[in-house]
Amino acid sequence: MESFSTILAEAFGLILSGDQAVIDIILLSLRVTLTAVGLACLIGLPLGALVGAFRFPLRTAVIVTMNTMMGLPPVVVGLVVYLMLSAAGPLGPLALLYTATAMIIAQTILVTPIVAALTRQVIEDLHGEYAEQFASLGVGPVRRIRALLWDARYSLLTVALAGFGRAAAEVGAVIIVGGNINHVTRVMTTTIALETSKGNLQLALALGLVLLTIAVVVNGLVYAIRGSAARAAYA
Amino acid sequence: MLKRNFLGFAAAALMALGLGGPVAAQDDFIIVQSTTSTQNSGLFDYILPMFADKTGIEVRVVAVGTGQAIKNARNGDGDVLFVHAKPAEEKFVADGEGVSRADVMFNDFVIVGPDSDPAEVGGMSDVVAAMTRIAEAKAPFASRGDDSGTHKAELSLWDEAGVDVAAASGDWYRETGSGMGATLNTGTGMDAYIMTDRATWISFGNKGDYKILVEGDDKLFNQYGIILVNPEKHPNVKAELGQQFIDWVLSEEGQNAIASFKVDGQQLFFPNADKV
Repeated sequence: MESFSTILAEAFGLILSGDQAVIDIILLSLRVTLTAVGLACLIGLPLGALVGAFRFPLRTAVIVTMNTMMGLPPVVVGLVVYLMLSAAGPLGPLALLYTATAMIIAQTILVTPIVAALTRQVIEDLHGEYAEQFASLGVGPVRRIRALLWDARYSLLTVALAGFGRAAAEVGAVIIVGGNINHVTRVMTTTIALETSKGNLQLALALGLVLLTIAVVVNGLVYAIRGSAARAAYA
Repeated sequence: MLKRNFLGFAAAALMALGLGGPVAAQDDFIIVQSTTSTQNSGLFDYILPMFADKTGIEVRVVAVGTGQAIKNARNGDGDVLFVHAKPAEEKFVADGEGVSRADVMFNDFVIVGPDSDPAEVGGMSDVVAAMTRIAEAKAPFASRGDDSGTHKAELSLWDEAGVDVAAASGDWYRETGSGMGATLNTGTGMDAYIMTDRATWISFGNKGDYKILVEGDDKLFNQYGIILVNPEKHPNVKAELGQQFIDWVLSEEGQNAIASFKVDGQQLFFPNADKV
């Protein structure tokens, strides 16, 4: 086994070399994961806010379900999406299996419960503070949700990042529905799995460090945006 | 106002990323359901660009175990099946799932093990005798356990040796339930004997003190076949493009391409298509 510093050097060599294959893989990973997280937020933020801010029958059951689905095993999601998109499955005619779209669908299913469940908690806490004010001002339900989501936006950014972390790190779902096809559906995590199975452990670990570096950059960017937005709000 | 900007930005970002669509806007592609041994050895990375240069057809390979590849093809999720388990392939064709089967190439299986060789099988060329000795010594043996072509071949050898591995499962017989590379990683980690195809072994990067101990028995012959998935059963199959790929693989050009693929100076696959 090579020393860790050699692996580190290899990882940064991989990034700096500008190897087109590696760059394509990184870009595809980002495209799939960020699109999935975006879609998950479009669904999960309003859904979580609704459940967090309002009372309705079976609410507890909905909350327990959402919380449970945060633990969906990626392989199971991959299998379900595979069976749906397979030529023999109900959505077969769409011919989406083994495409980036299939990977986006699987990751969206994986990430949406995380966004929804965490949003529910954030909004419920905030709603506890706002409820009386809303009532005294006679604020309608749509404006309530908007105000709550807006005022909780910094916490919700962290929620989105939790979803990003889950999607960026998973391999079980995308390898089944994407097929790990070179130049088409090969992303960071499936490449790491492939190199590990080839016994190229150093390369696999180096790719893992590249993935970690990307996660650091994404998180750093979000933190920077948040910081400048917060300053702008006080200016 | 800020909020609207944010939503607009999010929408723009989503659109920029693109919700769908293949990476390469290329319609001329086929999906080949194949095995990890052909993929991990680098054979496809070597021969597919030649085929693409000649025909403009992009070949997308899904590399899984032979058992899973056949199941995927049965669902119609692939145009061509390129695997190594002749009886299962013939059944696939007999069931009307595939059009016809042709031999493409062969390589062989070997048994690798640690330098210490606790069951003392090093140098044996009778694989059944070697496996009997491993079983008698209760030396650890790592099996694929995943219904792959290699797994099926290994099970038939145990059968011939009269060893009931199911009874020893979890004891000295350890089923990893994963691909060849993963099984090699696991097996070398517990000093187990492992049956692997030679191609994967030669190109494997984490050999440690392992070496080939048993080889050269005719029973270790490993034949690869190619089948067009039946378009009458699965209308989405791109029969014409798939047949072009099969014809090329079986042609002199394709066969020469396979023969010229080498890792560390060693030829990994030996073409043996019927020259018609």
